[in-house]
Amino acid sequence: MKRRLVVIGAGMASGRMLEHLLAAAPDAWDITLFNAEPRGNYDRIMLSPVLSGERSYAEIITHDAAWYARHGITCRFGEAVQRIDRDRQVVCAPAGEVPYDRLVIATGSAPVVIPVPGHDLPGVVTYRDLDDTEAMIAAASRPGSRAVVIGGGLLGLEAAAGLARRGMAVTVVHLMGHLMERQLDPAAGYLLQKDLEARGIRVHCRGATAAILGTDRVEAVKLEDGTLYAADLVCMAVGIRPQTRLAAEAGLTVARGIVVDDRMRTSDPAILAVGECVEHQGQTFGLVAPLYDQAKVAAASLTGTEAVFRPVQTATRLKVTGVELFSAGDFAEAPGREDIVFRDPGRGVYKRLVIEGSRLVGAVLYGDTADGAWFFGLIRDGTDIAPMRDALIFGPAYQGGTAPDPLAAVAALPPEAEICGCNGVCKGTILAAIDGGASDLGAVRARTRASASCGSCTGLVEQLLASALGEAFQKPVRRPICGCTELAHEDVRRLIRARGLKSMPAVMQELGWKSSCGCATCRPALNFYLLAEWPETYRDDPQSRFVNERNHANIQKDGTYSVVPRMWGGMTTPKELRAIADAAEKYRVPAVKVTGGQRIDLLGVRKEDLPHIWADLNAAGLVSGHAYGKALRTVKTCVGSDFCRFGTQDSTGLGIRLERRLWGAWTPHKVKLAVSGCPRNCAEATCKDVGIVCVDSGYEIGVGGAAGMDLKATERLAKVASEDEAVEIVVAFVQLYRESANYLDRPYRWLAKVGLDWVRQQVVEDRSSRTALIARFDRAQAVFQKDPWAERTTPQARAAFAPLARITAEAAE
Amino acid sequence: MTWVDIGALEDIPRRGARVLRTPQGCVAVFRTEDDRVFALDDRCPHRGGPLSEGIVHGDAVTCPLHGLVIGLTDGQAREAEAGGVATHPARIEGGRILIDASRLLPEQAA
Repeated sequence: MKRRLVVIGAGMASGRMLEHLLAAAPDAWDITLFNAEPRGNYDRIMLSPVLSGERSYAEIITHDAAWYARHGITCRFGEAVQRIDRDRQVVCAPAGEVPYDRLVIATGSAPVVIPVPGHDLPGVVTYRDLDDTEAMIAAASRPGSRAVVIGGGLLGLEAAAGLARRGMAVTVVHLMGHLMERQLDPAAGYLLQKDLEARGIRVHCRGATAAILGTDRVEAVKLEDGTLYAADLVCMAVGIRPQTRLAAEAGLTVARGIVVDDRMRTSDPAILAVGECVEHQGQTFGLVAPLYDQAKVAAASLTGTEAVFRPVQTATRLKVTGVELFSAGDFAEAPGREDIVFRDPGRGVYKRLVIEGSRLVGAVLYGDTADGAWFFGLIRDGTDIAPMRDALIFGPAYQGGTAPDPLAAVAALPPEAEICGCNGVCKGTILAAIDGGASDLGAVRARTRASASCGSCTGLVEQLLASALGEAFQKPVRRPICGCTELAHEDVRRLIRARGLKSMPAVMQELGWKSSCGCATCRPALNFYLLAEWPETYRDDPQSRFVNERNHANIQKDGTYSVVPRMWGGMTTPKELRAIADAAEKYRVPAVKVTGGQRIDLLGVRKEDLPHIWADLNAAGLVSGHAYGKALRTVKTCVGSDFCRFGTQDSTGLGIRLERRLWGAWTPHKVKLAVSGCPRNCAEATCKDVGIVCVDSGYEIGVGGAAGMDLKATERLAKVASEDEAVEIVVAFVQLYRESANYLDRPYRWLAKVGLDWVRQQVVEDRSSRTALIARFDRAQAVFQKDPWAERTTPQARAAFAPLARITAEAAE
Repeated sequence: MTWVDIGALEDIPRRGARVLRTPQGCVAVFRTEDDRVFALDDRCPHRGGPLSEGIVHGDAVTCPLHGLVIGLTDGQAREAEAGGVATHPARIEGGRILIDASRLLPEQAA
């Protein structure tokens, strides 16, 4: 007599299990197959091509009515099982009970729905089955309709690409900093975003959904940052969760999923489970390969054959036509790993291999995934890759290839890309001059004026010469920023501008960085260049800042910090002094020192006290003095005409005015100013980055002084009659320094490279240039002129300054 | 092994670190770009700088005081003969960070 088998769920795992079972024991079982969906088994993975219109539903059916009939399977489709009665060994469903000798639960998973207001409005769908797919296809058929996909993982992006292909205007809202963060690193995530944007899909990363708006049906999605996206369809694709309700109600052991052993048996030996609903050794499963393995093991268990389930490595490919993306292996939680990175900016290729010992453990490929299967094989088999390690990244076809081309970044520029910003010379013009016989830097300068002004694009012009003339051009050696790149600071700044590179992954990819995420030398430089170039859109990266700028205080040798409130122009009041004294006592500050910049330094403050002492000082009207930053430090002044019998102008007033205008601006290195009221120069203005000496007839503005490792007097930039013009020139000078100097060059070093004459031309003589510099400075100040102390008073900010945890003997028990 | 839950992975920024106070001194708990965690004694072998405040890049951190680069996986300076610091096993489980505290508890009285 046949034994009775009931299967709940007709997904990919159960379909595969039935095939194995029927092949091994064709007549042993009397099978009943339940499915909540009103249809049988189909290839769920292929729903994306159905959504995009590249396949039809008929093409993705894996088991049709004839197949079920041939094998005598009783189909109960469109019928949701109500419960499992383990005592009587029956499955209860609306159209009647079915007894079982063995039961297989294959209920799969359910999409996670974020419970934001409006999540239940008509027009909000998930992406799980054919009904969802058909709802999306119907929505896309209305001309001019707009979709918002919440979730930038594998499923969400396939939904977005499918909807876009059907003509919808699609926006993807993703909570994390880059797309598919579980499979991709930021570099590959950047390339993916760029590709999707090129297809007209808008991508909003770091977007948290606050609410879905609409009266009768969905109209828009509102994010927590206030952004509003109009939508006729909202697709939630934020993740899946195992469907365990039936199993849990039947009293089976359930954790995140239905707990199974190596033979796919649940805590009840008569009941097995397979697919996305199970949990095996703490792990749940969402990709198809392990599900198929489970199906095989479950079939073996039913026929009494020995088989154990061992999860295998899985690989991911994004099924979006034209996007080449592959990721495989496990990038998480293991010490002793190393990276091999290859980038080809010209072709938009990024490859990263993660190696542990002599084994490949992970691979991310973007743009060229031809070697994906080969790398996957190496990962899966644990192949010893030591003998081929040097050439591993070039793949199996490697025949002695070449090192990455340092000229690739400049070669990838379009002809209209501007190389020389001073004289507006583009790449095409320079190449034309080289074609016309210019064979060295001098000749290019003479014919095109490129690199003839500030000279910061010299490196790029030389690279163009080298790429056009090859061996015939001897390129002078320039020092690269660090070991991560061949490019010098000047080259990187020019290329960020010329190519519109707006994020750190963009810079590293397009300019061929040799490391996966830079180093302690290049990251702070890139962070500055990006925020100086794109103040409104670039998001400052605290993790790419030196500790002092990250913590807004100066670290001392014992790990404590110093706190310096701003004293505008070196002026203070009894109230401020009292607040400083109170704070020093309250936080037991071990040392209080008057600085050379005319303010007071509280030394030895513990990190966790910083937000608290700041709040106390804030309450008295004191703000951060940025004594720790590559930023405006102090404006030192003398008392000037207010009190001094020799003072010619209001030097204190001018100093305060300058400090109020300039504070908060990030600069390539620290910037110190001084204003003296007469040539006796009590404020020591002639050794500052910018020093003004007041005279009867006006203001002498000197720049490029130094009194640190080098000692140097300022040089005269201009002499002006009015205080207003003095302020204008100083602001324009600081902005030009921000735009053109290398990171960590003080103004005197920058001036030695670009020349005082060029700077004078830009900020003094050329009025329109001066005005434009000031306008750009003010635009950036609208973003950056904020007191960092006041921004760090929330409980979350305070928690971030405290230890993560404390371990005590009790906690460990 | 004495595994102790010390906080959520999300409490540490990517390419960043937080400090764990223990009876044996401070431990820097790092989170890399690709969400791995490492725990090292928070004292640079050079001059005792707080490694937890360094810039994290790949599998390494640069000490904020004088720029010594320390590997996160082995606690060793990348520069030859510059020494190293002790590491403590750490792992992530269900979004929580667990650390092996067996060497971080007070010395047991004999």
